[in-house]
Amino acid sequence: MIETTSPERGHPPGLADRAAIRRRRLNAGLAILVLALALATALSIAVGARSIPAEEVLRALVAPDGGESSTIVRELRIPRTLLGLVVGLALGAAGLLMQSHTRNPIAEPSLLGVTYGAACAIVLSIFLFGVSGFTEQVWFALAGALLAGVGVFALASGGGRTPSPVTLILSGAAMTALLSGVTSAVVLLDHQSLEVFRFWRIGSLSGRPAEVTLQVLPFLATGLVLALANAPGLNALALGEEVATALGQRVWLTHAVGVLAIALLTGASVAAAGPIGFLGLMAPHLARWITGPDHRWALPYAALSGAVLLLLADVAGRILPASGEIEVGIVLAVLGGPFLIALVRRQRLHTP
Amino acid sequence: MTPTSPSTGTASRPRMLRLGPVAAWPWQPRTLLVNLCVLAVLLVGLLRALLAFDDYPMGLGEVLATLVGRGEPGPEFVVFQLRLPRALTGMLVGAALGMAGAIMQGLTRNPLASPDVLGITWGAAVGAVAVIVTAGSAGGVSGLAADLGLPVGALLGGLGAAAVVFALSWRTGLASDRLLLVGVATSLVCANLVYWAMTWTDLQDAARAQTWLSGSLHAADWTRLAPTALALGLLVPAALFVARPLAALGLGEDTARGLGVRVTGARLALLGYAALLVCVATSAAGPIAFVALAAPQIALRLARRAQPPLVGSALVGAALTVVADQLAAGLFAPTQLPVGVFTAILGAPYLMYLVVRRHRQQSG
Repeated sequence: MIETTSPERGHPPGLADRAAIRRRRLNAGLAILVLALALATALSIAVGARSIPAEEVLRALVAPDGGESSTIVRELRIPRTLLGLVVGLALGAAGLLMQSHTRNPIAEPSLLGVTYGAACAIVLSIFLFGVSGFTEQVWFALAGALLAGVGVFALASGGGRTPSPVTLILSGAAMTALLSGVTSAVVLLDHQSLEVFRFWRIGSLSGRPAEVTLQVLPFLATGLVLALANAPGLNALALGEEVATALGQRVWLTHAVGVLAIALLTGASVAAAGPIGFLGLMAPHLARWITGPDHRWALPYAALSGAVLLLLADVAGRILPASGEIEVGIVLAVLGGPFLIALVRRQRLHTP
Repeated sequence: MTPTSPSTGTASRPRMLRLGPVAAWPWQPRTLLVNLCVLAVLLVGLLRALLAFDDYPMGLGEVLATLVGRGEPGPEFVVFQLRLPRALTGMLVGAALGMAGAIMQGLTRNPLASPDVLGITWGAAVGAVAVIVTAGSAGGVSGLAADLGLPVGALLGGLGAAAVVFALSWRTGLASDRLLLVGVATSLVCANLVYWAMTWTDLQDAARAQTWLSGSLHAADWTRLAPTALALGLLVPAALFVARPLAALGLGEDTARGLGVRVTGARLALLGYAALLVCVATSAAGPIAFVALAAPQIALRLARRAQPPLVGSALVGAALTVVADQLAAGLFAPTQLPVGVFTAILGAPYLMYLVVRRHRQQSG
């Protein structure tokens, strides 16, 4: 195509042609990622600590008979897989937004204070009000996460001014430290809170009732829409605040929308699955390694690869140990860490 | 020419402090003043630590008499065996963490680049928790070996993690972003190994590990203080020489090269030096949170400098740790909380205030 069209136009294969090829490749990559996600979802439903033959899994999906296999698939594996799917999408997208808004390659979404906002709210809700149910805790966690995120943004923007990457990340780190200090203090003084917090701290997809996914779904959906709307603005912002302003970007608004999206996505994920730290760090680097710095591409790539990684890690945590299972947060970090290091070593870094 | 009033002029020309023909360091009146103020806070904190810490109240005269060697046996034991080692350990560890943070942040030009991010803290945690798990309630080790096993394990773990991070991020030099990412990845792997190990040990060992992880000065005594003091006593003054290329490196690699700095060698020396500081500090008191991140940022805002000042960061770190330890020990009196809890509760609001105030000044 290129060889035939370009000489007619009288110039060598130009920018437009190369952009078209790039777009085709990136679209194909996106299709592959969606396929991989479908495979990971199927794997997560089909494979588990208890081996159930494939035809029984299929029967449980199509025509449940109320038997043991059917119950395991419908009551345990499907809710767990759905939760992993939405949390993975959310954390991948939030990680990309976080690194781009703070222009810091080691930023992860929990640095906005959101994760410890949720942790602090849960611990305080047990300490002060004796809240014990999972579904009630979700509301406290969500409220804490959103309050912390909005608080950090208000602090960093200092009364309506545009926050810079440095003030944003320092306010976030300070808020995270403050809330983690309060959380530790409460936990060390009140052992009942410690008992809950000890297990909450390790992010996991298991043992969550299906209602939890439904509770956080509206927040995650809103967050994803805001994130997609935020991507073009981030491209302008990557050129620097002055250039972005000169290009007609409302920088404050871009930051505000981005921070709200991060708070919604991370807050809802943390409320439902606990803190899963590694995903928001790794998925954006994986995405930028494939797509380069264009956020309109990197964002869907980060979200989809986040979901694929989380589901695969969850499956690995179920089948690797001889007995019981390893929580997905631990599997992700221990298997993902060497992978991220290899990625960083191979590649010229596309830093945000 | 419009006359500029002295108050609006950005920074007066640095004066130089010369040590014969060997070396010279720039200094500014404001920096000196700020450092003296922080030093005053530190000294008051130290004195307060000697006066009242546990349920054995003493008067100022009694403490001073004890310090010069004219005290009763009881107060002498309390001051010399309990309070002094704890206060000194806090001071030394805080200073080392502050200084290491200043080097890391100046070198990488990233405010998040605290030593936790280099993998050192969590590497040390792996070493310490390994010692707790293998030698803890299994009772394999006792006496001096058990006392020293924990710090030594932490030291080896921290140094090992630092070596791994340096080796893995080396590719014809140590680029900042690659170093930080490899460090974060290593930290996360180590942290999750520790969390995992804590789920399969018994509860007693898990509780000991959790206390160590929070960073505490409870166990400070002379046996532990002596090696720490020796190591940090040599390392901290050496910073003034090691860190001389830091100002140039903080301007970016190309500029530093243009200014005649051997970039790769200087970076390697500085990073290794910061890693040593943190390893010694962490092996003495566990990973005390937030000091290495907050102290340099607080110091650079107080001194109104572009890069974290070394001496100022060390002083702020020491003051923060000493004061936080008193809050941690005294606030919920029968229960002594680890100092790491209060370095964050104390340091974070102050850092927030400084960030907001500075931001207003810049944009206003």
